[in-house]
Amino acid sequence: MSTILAVLVDGVIYASWMFIIASGLTLIYGVMRILNMAHGSLYALGAYAAASLAGAWLRAGRAPMGSYLMLVLAAVLVGLVLGPLIERGLLRYCYGRDEVVLVLVTYALFLVLEDVVKLVWGVESYFISEPYGLLGTLDVGPLSYPWYSFAIVAAAVAAGLGLWWTITRTQHGKLLTAVIHDREMSAALGINVRLIYLVTFTAGTMLAAIGGALTAPTVSVVPAMGVEVIVLAFAVIVIGGLGSMPGAALGALLVGMVHAAAVHFFPEIELFSIYLAMALVLLVRPRGLFVAVEARKI
Amino acid sequence: MIGSRRNFVGLGIALLALGLAAPLMPRWLLSLVTIALGQGLVALGLLLLMRAGLVSFGQGLYFATGAYAVGLASERLGLKDAALQVLLGGLAAAAMAAVLGLLLARYRAIFFAMLSLAFSMILYGILVKSAALGSTDGFGVTVHSVFGLDAREGLGRYGVYGLSALSAFAAAVGIDRFLGSYLGRLGPAVRDNELRVEYMGASVHGVVYVNLVLAAGLAGVGGALTALEVGHIDPEMAYWTTSGEFVFVAILSGTSSVAAPFLGAFLLVLLRSYAKQHAPNTWQLVMGATMLAVILFLPEGLWSIFRSRKRRAA
Repeated sequence: MSTILAVLVDGVIYASWMFIIASGLTLIYGVMRILNMAHGSLYALGAYAAASLAGAWLRAGRAPMGSYLMLVLAAVLVGLVLGPLIERGLLRYCYGRDEVVLVLVTYALFLVLEDVVKLVWGVESYFISEPYGLLGTLDVGPLSYPWYSFAIVAAAVAAGLGLWWTITRTQHGKLLTAVIHDREMSAALGINVRLIYLVTFTAGTMLAAIGGALTAPTVSVVPAMGVEVIVLAFAVIVIGGLGSMPGAALGALLVGMVHAAAVHFFPEIELFSIYLAMALVLLVRPRGLFVAVEARKI
Repeated sequence: MIGSRRNFVGLGIALLALGLAAPLMPRWLLSLVTIALGQGLVALGLLLLMRAGLVSFGQGLYFATGAYAVGLASERLGLKDAALQVLLGGLAAAAMAAVLGLLLARYRAIFFAMLSLAFSMILYGILVKSAALGSTDGFGVTVHSVFGLDAREGLGRYGVYGLSALSAFAAAVGIDRFLGSYLGRLGPAVRDNELRVEYMGASVHGVVYVNLVLAAGLAGVGGALTALEVGHIDPEMAYWTTSGEFVFVAILSGTSSVAAPFLGAFLLVLLRSYAKQHAPNTWQLVMGATMLAVILFLPEGLWSIFRSRKRRAA
């Protein structure tokens, strides 16, 4: 019984972490049709920035509670600086090209960013574990979880609700939906597509960075930490259907549960359980759970 | 031009040059060329797929399959000759693709790239967890004999090198012929417009499937040769970043010549061996920047520099 409870709680925590990262990836794909291979690097950059900023804050002897603010601030900074830089500096030259070409472009960007991380922060690992233990622990039945894990769950729910509300309930969201459906028509009707692309990419970048920043206290921040995250995030959004926000949520939950169940019951398949789940879903629904099959264009 | 007699002669001369240069080259260069030929074979497979409009981020799957087949052949099956091991590696990878291809051939574009990536990550996960195959450390591979020649003395010391050169030559000639054939010409047609290919009465699924299996076989041979030359195999070979390097070589080389992937691979291997010594932390940066430049300014690959100059002259 307690194992099942543990699977459920672990699954939700893992799913929340995954959702924060995958929602940014699916947002960028949904609007711009770019499957961003560099998303994992942005996640890593968020983690590094958070470790540096929160580390500096704590070393300066300021109130430990403020370190949470520093984590978020670091992620926002990474998003605001790198998002526009990448979108304006690189991606805009590639719009209108094949989706696969854009995968290759962002793969190249991934290679560049991986080394940028090493050049800026060096190859040693960073630890910033204070925020992890600061909130104390919560007993769930016989198990004890740090409150920080539930803070990540709360962050994921907030991110999800925020995205849902923005896309479906605000004017900006309606413009965004119009651009998703028909970019050229929207531009002809006077929607500033350029600006929407810029804002979307920046928001997606920020989500990746927030995912990294919130993870930083729970792990050691090392080079190449984004390499695996990107393929996990792919699996999540491919399961849900590329570009679908509810799909990303469901995909994250599914992946979280599968991962947690694998860890508890079949540890030998833990590493690839997620990809197995993805392959099985694609077998039944070739475009993911939330995307209808499209008619082919001649 | 693909499939012309001139290509055959050119590739023959290249093979002859590789053979004649062998005694003149120092050991390290021989090793680099061997590894480059192995990687070039994988990139040649990607060339096939890319001509059909498919990019695979999972060739590491077949690369690792070929390599592990070599390792298991000499450890478990008692198959000692390297030439047979390489053949087995290629066949094992092709067999893997023959099964997975039934599923993969239904997908295109991003889904194809991601699903092949997922499959390679599944193999990676399996290899890492199987203690019998050495887990994360992998295991060593010894070359006993090549074509019956003892690999430790005389001509046999050039065995793996020669085997690579011969495999590369055979693959390049074979693929060149294939690209000129009816089935091969359907590849670019599938990339341009699948529906019209089907209206013509050809099977798109069949074209993609054949290209997949061929590409996997080439990657398997490449993996087998790499395993023999390096003398060690580990699960990293199936990791997606390994597949990414193959994509890099394929982009660099473009899809217009079967010789280009080998030159591209040699360039990569040569640069990497220097960069890993002198600039270990900026190596990927250079790779990424090069790739961006090629995609943005030379979408046909580096090879197109020569071609466009020729066209201008004519």
